Amino acid sequence: MIDFLATHPRLGRLFDLLLPLLAVLAALGVGAVMLQLLGANPFQAYSAMLKGAFGSQNALADTIVRATPLLLVSLGICIAFRGGVINIGGEGQIIAGAIPATLIGLMFPEAPALILVPAALIAGFLGGAFWGSIPGVLKAYYNVNEILSTIMLNIIAVQGMNFLLRGPMIDPVQLEAASRIPQTARLAQAFDLPRLVPTRLHAGALLAVVLAFVVYILLWRTTTGYRIRAVGLNPDASRYGGINVKRNIVLALLLSGAFAGLAGAVQVYGVNHRMFTDGSAAGFTGNAGFNGIVTALFGKLHPLGAIPASFIFGGLIVGANSLQRAMQVPAALVTALNGLVVIFVVSSDIFSRRLARRRQIVAEPKTSPPAAPADVGPHLQRAGPPSPGQEASS
Amino acid sequence: MISQLFTEAVLIGILTSGIRLATPYLFASIGEMFGQRSGVLNLGVEGMMLMGAFAAFYATYTTGNPWLGLLAAIIVGGMMGLAMAIISVTFQAEQGISGIGVYLFGLGMSDLLFQKTIGTVETVSGFRPVDIPILSDLPIIGPIFFQQSIMVYLAYALVPIAWFVLYRTTFGLKIRAVGENPAAADSLGVSVNRTRYLTVIIGGILAGVAGASLSISLLNVFQQNLTSGLGFIAVALVYFGGWRPFGILFGALLFSMVNALQLWIQALSIPIPFDASELLIMLPYVLTIIVLIFSAGRVRKPSALSTVYERGG
Repeated sequence: MIDFLATHPRLGRLFDLLLPLLAVLAALGVGAVMLQLLGANPFQAYSAMLKGAFGSQNALADTIVRATPLLLVSLGICIAFRGGVINIGGEGQIIAGAIPATLIGLMFPEAPALILVPAALIAGFLGGAFWGSIPGVLKAYYNVNEILSTIMLNIIAVQGMNFLLRGPMIDPVQLEAASRIPQTARLAQAFDLPRLVPTRLHAGALLAVVLAFVVYILLWRTTTGYRIRAVGLNPDASRYGGINVKRNIVLALLLSGAFAGLAGAVQVYGVNHRMFTDGSAAGFTGNAGFNGIVTALFGKLHPLGAIPASFIFGGLIVGANSLQRAMQVPAALVTALNGLVVIFVVSSDIFSRRLARRRQIVAEPKTSPPAAPADVGPHLQRAGPPSPGQEASS
Repeated sequence: MISQLFTEAVLIGILTSGIRLATPYLFASIGEMFGQRSGVLNLGVEGMMLMGAFAAFYATYTTGNPWLGLLAAIIVGGMMGLAMAIISVTFQAEQGISGIGVYLFGLGMSDLLFQKTIGTVETVSGFRPVDIPILSDLPIIGPIFFQQSIMVYLAYALVPIAWFVLYRTTFGLKIRAVGENPAAADSLGVSVNRTRYLTVIIGGILAGVAGASLSISLLNVFQQNLTSGLGFIAVALVYFGGWRPFGILFGALLFSMVNALQLWIQALSIPIPFDASELLIMLPYVLTIIVLIFSAGRVRKPSALSTVYERGG
């Protein structure tokens, strides 16, 4: 079958595009078996999820609100993975962005919203950029594996947040009432991101979509993006070509963190209007740091692919909540399903790679120079020595 | 007062908890070490621990026998390991990412099963502390080392066993060969994939047992996200320990001692200048990063770590 696809380029490309969709269907299939075992009718369950996620104006709005941080995080993930680095630090970077953004709002409650809100979002962007640049510098200059450092920095960020929200940043009302719920005061209502329609949908969603196009232009239409991608595809060749590999590794992780940080700021100003913690990262981020990876993979690591992908996964989360209400199936199901999607998507990549290789073999005798391999994303190509997860080549 | 910390009883208490708290790290990290030594980075440890913790808790809860709980954790952990091996060895999936998938699956699945089967906060009577005859009567040393639960003894026994397997057996030699130079190992007739399957399954089993050590020995409860990041630390400890069993032991002890200290400070409600227990919790993680910086140049990781092997590839 691979042979057949290799000789039919159109079908082959279609196969590449359909693969993640098939992976999701496979995950949903396993999910159906799980639902059956839990004593719920899978068809009823899935239709309850569909209705809960996309069935009404409010449902759609909730889905988009849930999709917004996923989209922002996955834009960052696209940049990092295209640059050949694995960023698992989304959770920490979301928090690192939310903290300065919230602080600005708390410090200047009287400031005009037109100035303060953009400033806060920029602060979130910068906060995430700072937190992302740490693993970047550690990888580029100290040869520290970025997977490990981002995991550590996640935990450090969560503890930092817990410390700030229980101490210096705690809501004065909570302090007086001695209930000491670890959360900040509510930000001034003037700072709430504008609502687009009379639902919970806020302007942050629009911003995220616009930024998806910006990231696309950055990655494929600018020299900066070209360099990041070149380093991701082949750091050795990039170095010979005169690209500063270390600087671009830092840049990829920095930008990746920046978008996660912005997601944190948007979440605060668009949805929660304050920061709060239950002690864990997921309590504040809703696992968006990890789910953003799922989304980015599903969108084939393309910023524009991330738009529909985040919409689908936002819907999955909202749908799971209504499933819990309608059929008493715990919403944790969706976390397990997300895990399965990741597993199936990365496992099915082997077929894309095989196809790309076969295509090259088929193409070689006829045309010279040999055709370039299909664009399967840098981290998934086994040809070059760089594979993220390995240290920066020294 | 800070001086409260320096009474004999409290110091013994801190050391006792420190020794005990290293248990899950030891199981999980030693298991992870086998996988990484053969070239497979398993980032799904956290998910495997959660599944093992739930399996052990559920089996103990329903049968009342913690040994059956341990068995359940071994089986479930082994199955998770097998799944990871299929994903990363046979399907050659990118290991850093597929591990996150396994983590999310374990996180969601263990929570789902818990809510469907038990649902409320319950405790079980897991493994109780066992006094080692004679040794447990020794002053100071007795209570610290020899009045622990069987899981704790097993975890510490695992360290020299792992060392022996890795450096003194044919299997250990195969593991190291496959992790350093899979092509050379293959040409000498060592099955790269079979070796990796075995190490990843061993890693899964030990991750499951690590989870069990939490749910039926140290804490005797199960709840959503019981491990809360412990499995990720276990992965980091393998780097921290330079891929060597005794290095991992040192790292695990360091982590758990700092943790024990912080828990006791909270328990005694010692008024430290300002409430900053979180900053204390951060300490070992900051320390890990610093150690990674300094060890990156000196300690060599397995050459084939997180790369796939294909014949003639």
